[in-house]
Amino acid sequence: MFQQLKTLIKKEITLEWRQKYALNGILLYVISAVFLTYLSFGARDGNISPPTWNSLYWIIILFSAVNAVAKSFVQEHQGRQLYYYMVASPESIILSKMIYNALLTLLLALLGYLVFSVILGNPIANQGLFLVNLVLGALGFSACLTMVSGIASKASNNATLMAILSFPVVIPILLMAIRVSKNAMDGLDWSTSSDKVLTLVAINAIVTATAYLLFPYVWRS
Amino acid sequence: MKAKWWKVLAIILLAYTLTAGLLLDVPRLPILNETIRALYFHVAMWFTMILLLLVAVVYSIRYLRSNDLKDDDVAIEFTNAAILFGSIGILTGMLWARFTWGAFWVNDPKLNAAAIGMLMYFAYLVLRNSLVDVSQRARIGAVYNIFAFSAFLPLIFVLPRLTDSLHPGNGGNPGFNAYDLDSQLRMVFYPAIIGWTLLGAWIGTLRVRLRRAERKIEEKLINQVS
Repeated sequence: MFQQLKTLIKKEITLEWRQKYALNGILLYVISAVFLTYLSFGARDGNISPPTWNSLYWIIILFSAVNAVAKSFVQEHQGRQLYYYMVASPESIILSKMIYNALLTLLLALLGYLVFSVILGNPIANQGLFLVNLVLGALGFSACLTMVSGIASKASNNATLMAILSFPVVIPILLMAIRVSKNAMDGLDWSTSSDKVLTLVAINAIVTATAYLLFPYVWRS
Repeated sequence: MKAKWWKVLAIILLAYTLTAGLLLDVPRLPILNETIRALYFHVAMWFTMILLLLVAVVYSIRYLRSNDLKDDDVAIEFTNAAILFGSIGILTGMLWARFTWGAFWVNDPKLNAAAIGMLMYFAYLVLRNSLVDVSQRARIGAVYNIFAFSAFLPLIFVLPRLTDSLHPGNGGNPGFNAYDLDSQLRMVFYPAIIGWTLLGAWIGTLRVRLRRAERKIEEKLINQVS
């Protein structure tokens, strides 16, 4: 199982590295999205209030994550998927994709954070909490979006489907993440946000567990 | 489910809810006043919706285990009925909100959660319709149904309790019990819940039977030609 996981994750990374345009595209997507909001808000440093900064940041991360993860089941053609079906168990496939997508989302989130702090200013007071929250948010997004992209890849017109299927499911995670990062912004102590962080972890666990249990049924068809 | 007694019971209970709910005396509370009667309709809608969705999820799980399209029929039709009750729940809630909180839509976690829940289940319908193959539609639909339900639960039961809400039982507002849900209200409220739930189940089973009958006719036609 672990051996399989390791091989599969390695495969994902190699694949991504070979077609660098996809990775570069998604990184550029984040940067241009941030710049777009910067220009359309007409914002100078300090012009955007911290709550707006927070919501903008998370919405941009969500959209880039949707775009980044959407391709995880469509980029490889049918024949190769059949091959994976024969050589690996569905559980290790979904787990490897989730872990890989979590890393990708985390990369996007960090890049977004960097660009945000450079051009819109950095209002975060409690960096540690913010980063922990970023990791949790990336894990939750990737669990949810990977599963949904598996579902959407079975249907036609899956770009629209990907969005409408994933947004409602991802909202609980998004809301908790926004709340925690608001606390991190205000520099509140860890103890005040511990219950929210725990709720976020719990929601992540629920989503991951259901995806893990249900994926074999999606994969079989 | 062919027994008749529960349909009769549903009619009796709903007739009782309508008459007693509108005519019996209700406690006078500030702000709420007479609108507290909406409790019998609005709140009961949500109970019904949750129960119907629960049935649908159970049948989705059964479908994944059995691969029997009959289970899928129940899952989709009970979800449809739940969506109907959810929509009515939102509409009645908006009316009630207009007269107690002053606006049709207020930024309240429970309202938003309900709206998101509806989005989830509309997406479920779109997903089903975009799949052509019958058994694939049933399987992928069942998977999404279970997945969505597991995300829906924290949304309506956990998140609203963490923030302030205008609804009773949240963020320092007293729960139902502290809220003078006195014996008079209970006398109508509990029968109302049972009545509406039975009505929902009735609608669901009717549609399930219709669906199965249609499939039978279809199969007959196909067999005739070949």
